[in-house]
Amino acid sequence: MTTTPNSPLSTPNSPLQTPHSQIIKVKNLVKKFGDFVANDNLTFSVEKGEIFGFLGANGAGKTTAIKQLCGLLTPTSGEAEVAGFDIFTQPEIVKKNIGYMSQKFSLYNDLTVYENIRFYGGVYGLSRKEIKERIGFLLEKLNLEHVRNTFLKDIPIGWKQKLAFSTAIIHKPKIVFLDEPTGGVDPVTRRQFWEMIYEAASDGITVFVTTHYMDEAEYCNRLSIMVDGKIVALDTPGNLKEKYESKNMDEVFIKLARNEV
Amino acid sequence: MKSFIEFIKKEFFHIFRDPRTLIILFAMPVIQLLLFGYVVTTDISDAKIAIWDKSKDEISRKLTDKILSSGYFKLASTIESHNEIEKSFKKGDVKQVIIFENNFGKNLKKERVANLQIISDASDPNIAVVLTNYTQAIVKDFIRVNKPFATSPMRIEIKPQMLYNSELKSVYMFVPGIMAMILMLICAMMTSISLTKESEMGSMEILLVSPLRPLQIIVGKVIPYVFLAFLDAVFIIQIGKMVFEVPVIGSEFLLLSVTFIYLLTALSLGIFISTVVNSQLTAMMISAVALVLPTMLLSGFIFPIDNMPVILQILSNIVPAKWFLICAKDIMLKGSGIGLIWKEVLVLSIMTIVLLAISIKRFKSRLE
Repeated sequence: MTTTPNSPLSTPNSPLQTPHSQIIKVKNLVKKFGDFVANDNLTFSVEKGEIFGFLGANGAGKTTAIKQLCGLLTPTSGEAEVAGFDIFTQPEIVKKNIGYMSQKFSLYNDLTVYENIRFYGGVYGLSRKEIKERIGFLLEKLNLEHVRNTFLKDIPIGWKQKLAFSTAIIHKPKIVFLDEPTGGVDPVTRRQFWEMIYEAASDGITVFVTTHYMDEAEYCNRLSIMVDGKIVALDTPGNLKEKYESKNMDEVFIKLARNEV
Repeated sequence: MKSFIEFIKKEFFHIFRDPRTLIILFAMPVIQLLLFGYVVTTDISDAKIAIWDKSKDEISRKLTDKILSSGYFKLASTIESHNEIEKSFKKGDVKQVIIFENNFGKNLKKERVANLQIISDASDPNIAVVLTNYTQAIVKDFIRVNKPFATSPMRIEIKPQMLYNSELKSVYMFVPGIMAMILMLICAMMTSISLTKESEMGSMEILLVSPLRPLQIIVGKVIPYVFLAFLDAVFIIQIGKMVFEVPVIGSEFLLLSVTFIYLLTALSLGIFISTVVNSQLTAMMISAVALVLPTMLLSGFIFPIDNMPVILQILSNIVPAKWFLICAKDIMLKGSGIGLIWKEVLVLSIMTIVLLAISIKRFKSRLE
């Protein structure tokens, strides 16, 4: 696990704006499964256009948190607003305004590239014309026009991942949630993937990403680090390294996870 | 609505691109029909029979010879009393008893009509019917051959009687029986697999995050199977009619309506299974063992329910296919209208509503 200090990606310009542009607001969010507290009093907010990282070991509660924000799980208590809508009372409107991509799944293998994108466009209610335009634009941008009618199972995993991301934002959502999007992907593809994330962010899409790759953490504008269901730190990568006197995020994370601070 | 239609379209792509699914959908009904139609009720030879000749005249002996020389039958015993009929069946391998009335030959010559009784062991209804048909054909042929010597038309009145299963509960049952099985297979097994696949692959999450509502997701997943299963049912009825001459005496509309209710029952079972398992393989195993097998064995399709131990008879009441088969058989073979089968339709409908409600509730709560 190495950081890439010379990478253009490692020193993002933080697009932090006024507090009024908070696109995700979470206050005292608690999720319990029986006696087990998966999310313990989470409070944080995400700014519009920000790349917000959610860091934590497996089982720290990242996925539980993301699922609640997407409307997949109902929180036990607390308050949360996503894209300006309450996740308790307006989950359906929230869903129209977000995109979601998980590590586990990237598109249907028995559909062609074109059919996959058309399916998601259709599900999000885009018109036929919009779908056509966006697919054309997207395939051209990704340089994948030649596989337009190829079944997804026949294209390399790196391409699939890129397609999955582009598809997750085909309806131009306000926020895209990425749940360990780069799991099982080689480092080169991962870099390319992050370039796409940056592009989306520069288009005004807020990116909420969970990861346990520490090099990826460096790419985020701000990071929250979760340990055992709690957020133990939240700041820019630079500030975090300074505060915990570490060379890289890896060290920060290990110190926090071991309760050394 | 648009997103819903897009979703259904995707489902059809999944189905038509999977060769295994296609085989189950289209090749299996045909293969099963042919198997049951041709193989299971195939020609029988050397079936053991007993003969009780009360007349013992020339004509009765001639007819006996003709029956025994046909190759289909073998004489196991000649009997002389009523008691012996039951005994020879119980002893085992006698499948049919043929009884010539007193003065058989005389009656035929003088009255131009004589009575012949055929009693068959209908605990295996298919064989019973085939054997009865054989005997009838031989007797008809006997009359035809002997006609030239007769001065006016003569007739042998045949009185077939089925023992142990007088209503012949599963004769011709293979058409409705295969319908019951195929529909269970497609609606329960295929939908449970297809729903489980979506969660196993992780795509269910993506769908749930989308503006599609959970109910739209379930309905969208099952609609293609409803459509294809219904098509299969129509297909099976038509093949039954054309190839095997299994009639639909009653209303076809009523038959298809009952089929539709049964199809929904199977569907709700499929949805239910998808809510209790995590992998496609388990979904398949559970569907096969818990649904398809009882449909075959406990519905009265292959084994008559009357012949089952009491426990199984009671158990058979919770097998939806049993109720469907009673309705389908009555409509197809007896021409019964809704007035005669409303009770069975009601049972099936209640099952469907209860199962559908439970399944959808479980499905929704599982997603949360």
